[in-house]
Amino acid sequence: MGHTGKQTIVFKNPPVITCAYSSAGPKESAGPLGDYFDNQLQDELLGQETWEKAESILIKQTVQGLLNKADKRPEDIQYLFAGDLQNQVIASTFGLKDFNIPFFGLYGACSTMGESMCLASIMVAGGMADLVMAGTSSHNCAAEKQFRFPLEYAGQRTLTQQWTATASGFVLISRCGKGPKIEAVTPGKIVDLGIKDSFNMGAAMAPAAVDTILAHLEDTNQKPSDFDAIITGDLGNCGSDIAVDIANKLGVDLSKVMNDCGKLIYDDESQDTHCGGSGCGCSGSVFAGYLYKQLLKRNLKKILLIPTGALMSPGSTQQGNTIPGVAHAVSIVMD
Amino acid sequence: MANIKQLKNEYPQIVKEHSPKNKVMINSAKAFLVGGAICTIGQGFTEIYKYYGMAKDDAQMVSTVTLILLSAIFTGFNIYDNIGKFGGAGAAIPITGFANAMVSSAMEFKKEGYVYGMGAKLFTIAGPVIVFGAIASVVAGIIFYFV
Repeated sequence: MGHTGKQTIVFKNPPVITCAYSSAGPKESAGPLGDYFDNQLQDELLGQETWEKAESILIKQTVQGLLNKADKRPEDIQYLFAGDLQNQVIASTFGLKDFNIPFFGLYGACSTMGESMCLASIMVAGGMADLVMAGTSSHNCAAEKQFRFPLEYAGQRTLTQQWTATASGFVLISRCGKGPKIEAVTPGKIVDLGIKDSFNMGAAMAPAAVDTILAHLEDTNQKPSDFDAIITGDLGNCGSDIAVDIANKLGVDLSKVMNDCGKLIYDDESQDTHCGGSGCGCSGSVFAGYLYKQLLKRNLKKILLIPTGALMSPGSTQQGNTIPGVAHAVSIVMD
Repeated sequence: MANIKQLKNEYPQIVKEHSPKNKVMINSAKAFLVGGAICTIGQGFTEIYKYYGMAKDDAQMVSTVTLILLSAIFTGFNIYDNIGKFGGAGAAIPITGFANAMVSSAMEFKKEGYVYGMGAKLFTIAGPVIVFGAIASVVAGIIFYFV
């Protein structure tokens, strides 16, 4: 075991996700998964003066919530992998600095939940640590301000646009213990099919998701039907349809098992989110809040989680660059 | 394994097939109604100011200022973005949209301070309108001079 096929790592001693904790903003808490989130927030500002500070508090509350739930102290956690969407992953810095846990700051756009879980599980399974934390967050208003327009600007959102979730999810990955196990990970490549429309991120990320899913299936010699669900991060409604379509064109039928955290988190009709949810916190909170509980209840016994990220900055798209995507797969089983 | 890159040429078409389409007719009608309503309100102010004895030119100028003030207040109370969401270009094109672009930027970036935040970012959205508006007026002026 270890490195398998082209780009997959299969663990001989699968690390265990012993605990998970999620926080969600008011809009996300009012959505179809609202009751599953551990920490349901009433105030988008979390009592702070700015959106950026609010996101740091969101992270702080989520990590503290996870420690409380797992009955651990910060000193019990050996390393921490986390990241967010703000410039220089600054939300994570200010949210995590008081915990004094050795910290790896990650940027994988909205794929950060996958990236952090991949790296944390590699560290644990490789025998370098016993207990590691991984997670991510996003804040709707902080992301709008940085990537798009001021909040009160009277612009119209396009129908392909997705709603960046105000949410956060963190997990504890342990060498031993009870819970769902990470049996394999497939880190994704940067995939670029030439999409330039920053209002259609699902289309930009769908090829990366399919590329990683197909690589995982081939490297581990599995079929889509071997999984109870294959769940992408935030392709949204449009991106999910595209992913199923292009996988089909490449000879793999994902239609029966495929779902998407961005499709699950909102009721697009009544919540007016257009094409579903997005943001690091979308896959982070849906996994830590909803999917993790489904695994514990054994409603799902084996899933492939593929958080998806669109790799762009406001400057890169203004300069006419395309929007490449990346997606990291984490295969999780519950015995 | 099948290579995803082989789909590159047909990918724009695939994306187009799955992307929801804008309802151009309904959106145009909404823009017409909202834009028309804002202009009618402006005309209403002009008539009122004239009724109270203001000269026509002065009344028109003061109506414009009134609309800007109202837009700024509506933006501050989180109302104008909803008008824009409904009315699209109908809310963006009139002078009220210009005021909204400036006030929303001022509100958002005030947190980074009055100089590097609000002062520097005030024209983030409205700036290009002023730059190209000024250039267009120069060009129009030159043409007008010779014609």
